[in-house]
Amino acid sequence: MAWFKKDKDITSKRVNVPEGLWVKCNSCKEIIYRQEVDKNLKICPKCNYHFRISANERITLLADEGSFVEIGIDLASVDPLNFKDQKLYKDRLKDAREKSNTNEAATAGPALINGHPAILVVLDFSFMGGSMGSVVGEKFIMAAEKATKEKLPLISIASSGGARMQEGIISLMQMAKTSAAISRFKKTKMPYISVLCDPTFGGVSASFAMLGDMIIAEPKSLIGFAGPRVIEQTIKQQLPDGFQTAEFLLQHGMIDMIVNRKELKQTIANLISLTAGNK
Amino acid sequence: MHYYLDFEKPVAELENKIEELRRLADGKDMNITTEIKKLENKARDLRADIFSKITPWQKTQIARHPERPYTLDYIELMTKDFVELHGDRKFSDDPAIVAGFANFQGIPVAIIGHQKGRGTKERIERNFGQPHPEGYRKALRVMKLAEKFGKPIITLIDTPGAYPGIEAEERGQSEAIASNLMEMFQLRTPIIAVIIGEGGSGGALALAVGDKVMMFEHSVYSVISPEGCAAILWKKNNSQVGKGEYEKAAEALKMTSADLLNLGIIDEIIPEPLGGAHRSKEETAEALEAVLLRSIDELREKSFDELLEERYNKFRIIGKLEEVEQQP
Repeated sequence: MAWFKKDKDITSKRVNVPEGLWVKCNSCKEIIYRQEVDKNLKICPKCNYHFRISANERITLLADEGSFVEIGIDLASVDPLNFKDQKLYKDRLKDAREKSNTNEAATAGPALINGHPAILVVLDFSFMGGSMGSVVGEKFIMAAEKATKEKLPLISIASSGGARMQEGIISLMQMAKTSAAISRFKKTKMPYISVLCDPTFGGVSASFAMLGDMIIAEPKSLIGFAGPRVIEQTIKQQLPDGFQTAEFLLQHGMIDMIVNRKELKQTIANLISLTAGNK
Repeated sequence: MHYYLDFEKPVAELENKIEELRRLADGKDMNITTEIKKLENKARDLRADIFSKITPWQKTQIARHPERPYTLDYIELMTKDFVELHGDRKFSDDPAIVAGFANFQGIPVAIIGHQKGRGTKERIERNFGQPHPEGYRKALRVMKLAEKFGKPIITLIDTPGAYPGIEAEERGQSEAIASNLMEMFQLRTPIIAVIIGEGGSGGALALAVGDKVMMFEHSVYSVISPEGCAAILWKKNNSQVGKGEYEKAAEALKMTSADLLNLGIIDEIIPEPLGGAHRSKEETAEALEAVLLRSIDELREKSFDELLEERYNKFRIIGKLEEVEQQP
């Protein structure tokens, strides 16, 4: 009779899991045991989505052990516009510092990559969405100028929602500033390798991130100029499947390759040995 | 009939009344000139009063005014023998950006600017001044021609932003903008950039890497539109944002010419006639002409190496930060 009757007890039977033990994949939406993801370099074992990781994790992944030396470590954001929305920018910065365990959205410095010296700049999405304000712009140009002066390969790892709104026009100008840095670096004839991770958008993609001599993306990362919601609202249409994924960009000729996180270090080292130096 | 903005209502009523009186008096032997004169003075005072306290959001409305002069208006008013060049040689032509060479006061120059279009049909054709990648690539192509032929570059900026659409993404909107930014730092010829209306984010900046960056008094220049900013930062749960939030966002973003001069982002403000550039296009174009002439003269004194060094440093120093001792 009641063959469609709901099992009312279903909710009470749910096991309560301690928070953080499981994670949901952004791409396939599967719920996965966190340890399994962690052991796999934070790659989804079901669909190969590469989870966002911190700048420190990135550096551990890419730099030879103990070789990374951070530059610009003392640089901190101020609040140039006295920006206040529903929260003060100053408070947002404080929260971001506590939450993300890092003092800004960019970390930069020289490192060895399988023995090859290079300058690294890494963005951290967990710090205010990896957004680019004065400090990110300054750290990037410091790194690029150091690479120019010392004639070393430059490697950037992007993961960012774009320019930092709370610094207004000053953030916008960081796009020009970082692009200026690349225009000078290119004269060294050393490679600039840009790695795009999930997500890379707006002011970051429309400046240094898309200026790489070689551009690599992590699988399934979302990369674009305008965010998908903005585009949907503008064109009043649903976006096609796979739009703005790394695979979409590769197909449209916007990037050179898609590389699994496990092979990223080796790929970068290869590119450096094939392009840098005068042998 | 002029197009009036909300906050101009009081002055609109008065000006319409003056128009009516003029029509009535026309051809008839009526002595109302003194009356009209009095009303005109009153209207001017009222306008001056309104404009002395306009908010950043109201300025945004003036910057977007449908009668505001556009790139092609300035080209017509300031130059002779304009020859428009089309296409990026890669994919197509983009009518949202106009580019070409013209004779500016006896000096051949490259002139490149966003073009919004007037009237519904042209607005759609020009995509409301929102370029696709091919627009930026055309701009860069013409800038490189200017470098090759040793002509100064004038860019006129007026866009809500680079177009956010499927095809724009497919053809590399980010790459097109980024390439312009990088390449403009290497162009061995003077570049003068003027924000004439709306300076909408990266889509504006992609034409605005200049040795001189100027703004018209009632133009705006920002990392995001007040509407976009409000939608992200002022949205609570499912509440809709509106004029109140746009006012707050426009204020917070510091996007007016006075703000940008104050922040050291621009070199100079070009004054507009009372009520905005559209009240007298000729007067506005004359003001721009004078500033451009002076800037070209000044920049031509410099060697290209000096120019590039100064252009780099101009943007290199933008940023506000502090150094704090990090705890171990």
